[in-house]
Amino acid sequence: MLASVERVPADPAVETNRLHKRYGDVHALRGVDLRVETGSVFGLLGPNGAGKTTAVRILTTLLKPDEGSARVTGFDVVRDDAKVREQIGLAGQYAAVDENLTGFENLEMVGKLYHLGRGLSRERARDLLSSFDLAEAADRLVRTYSGGMRRRLDLAAALVARPPVLFLDEPTTGLDIRSRIGLWDAIEALVSEGTTVLLTTQYLDEADRLADRIAVIDQGRVIAEGTPEQLKGQVGGERLEIHLCDDRRGEEAVAALASIASDRPFLEDGSVRVPVAQRRGTIADAVRRLDDAGIAIDDISVSTPTLDDVFLKLTGHAAEQETEEAEAQSR
Amino acid sequence: MTALRYGISDTLVLAKRSLLRIPRQPDLLVGFTVQPILFVLLFVYVFGGAIQTPGFDYVDFLMPGIIVQSICFGGFVTALGLADDLKKGLMDRFRSLPMTRSALLTGRTLGDVVTNVFQLVVMFAVGLLVGFNFSSSVGEVIAGIALLLLIGYAFSWVFAFIGLTASSPEAANAYGFTILFPLTFVSSAFVPVDSMPDWLQPIAEHNPFTTMVDAARALFLGTPAGNDVWLALLWTLAIIVVFAPLSAWRYQRVVAR
Repeated sequence: MLASVERVPADPAVETNRLHKRYGDVHALRGVDLRVETGSVFGLLGPNGAGKTTAVRILTTLLKPDEGSARVTGFDVVRDDAKVREQIGLAGQYAAVDENLTGFENLEMVGKLYHLGRGLSRERARDLLSSFDLAEAADRLVRTYSGGMRRRLDLAAALVARPPVLFLDEPTTGLDIRSRIGLWDAIEALVSEGTTVLLTTQYLDEADRLADRIAVIDQGRVIAEGTPEQLKGQVGGERLEIHLCDDRRGEEAVAALASIASDRPFLEDGSVRVPVAQRRGTIADAVRRLDDAGIAIDDISVSTPTLDDVFLKLTGHAAEQETEEAEAQSR
Repeated sequence: MTALRYGISDTLVLAKRSLLRIPRQPDLLVGFTVQPILFVLLFVYVFGGAIQTPGFDYVDFLMPGIIVQSICFGGFVTALGLADDLKKGLMDRFRSLPMTRSALLTGRTLGDVVTNVFQLVVMFAVGLLVGFNFSSSVGEVIAGIALLLLIGYAFSWVFAFIGLTASSPEAANAYGFTILFPLTFVSSAFVPVDSMPDWLQPIAEHNPFTTMVDAARALFLGTPAGNDVWLALLWTLAIIVVFAPLSAWRYQRVVAR
């Protein structure tokens, strides 16, 4: 019988319990609980100033929490901070590499500081430079590198010791789209090798693409958590968007479509929005019903909710908007 | 034991890193080679004729003074480097590694000792070329070199404090050169103190730079030392005792944000 084989749940790679941190009057974190399963990618999503970086700084032992506790691979980040540092790699939003060293020297230095010894440090440095497409630039000073190259080197530096848990604090902020996709590929390759990744981002598409689970954080609190699909499900599933030839017949259309909708259809920005349970056949259905009612259609499409919709619904404001405000304030 | 071994190896790794910066940054390289040589030449050949130093050739009077001045600024790389690391997020990277955290400071200051040795070689070479003569025993010269290296080390800790206190590498530069640099001039380094106005003389006489320069003169030129060598040693140790813990404290403060 299979029942005799008891599955022991593996310890989570990262676990926090009621984390609090304040700087003077500013509450950066107000009781954050996170649980990141070993081998998964966890996305911490939120606008600037939401507390993402503070959480990462606590988990990487750079900062002590005011209240609450956190464990990384079972080690307490305050009591066993030295042990935690042996288990982690950190790549930050500023490419933290030494501009006056070459790419190779940077990685070799980091390897030595992980106490890998000279031989292994050099071997890892060479391997990482070639897998991050930096082999040709290996002996050039980093100050001659482009932004994307620095970011790749920064990520490589976090991997020198092959740590089981990787923290990526806004790994692609400020990069052009080509560099972002390159970095995403690199991160996905790592995950396939079993590394646990906690990444913070303000880009919803980034979390959607990379993360198995996402926690949305706003003003120091986790306001939602789940898989990308679950979060999108919170805003409702797919939706038909129908533009009518004659705007004035909107209410009639809503009435005609009510029976195929999973939730009440409504009017928005001059078009009819119809939440639907499944996309198959719904366009044909909708066209038929409107045709029967004698309402002419200008355009019809199916839209899938994005994490932007999730964010808007959860926080009452768009992610981008708050970012701009935060930046304006910090100036 | 392992902790100590790692502490030493981490310090060496970071000292090397600090040193590699000098030949790779043209302004630093000029600052440690061309600039001190130019200073020696300017003082010897331009100002020297107008400065009366009874009992000395001006070049003999000047060299101990200018060597003390330049060795004090050898630690400037530490201020620049620490301010840079804070600004660019490298401090976070280092502190997330399983390395000895204090090596970030001890590595820098150890690197400066190597810089100081290089500076001494350059300065003595230029000095000998323009006619400087040692007129003391070999033992005294060696003691003088040891004192100079200790002075350089002490000022590395002053610069560590400046680097961790300044808001940017540019600010660290400003602190170093607008506060410390003039102080080295209000001393016996370039002119005899008794040639200064009456109100300035007590300041110059009590300036630790004067004590250090007089001690170097005693050890290299065989002038009567009085208490200068012991006082200079005391000043130097006092600077280390004050600024090393002060830097460690600043370091704790700035990284705990």
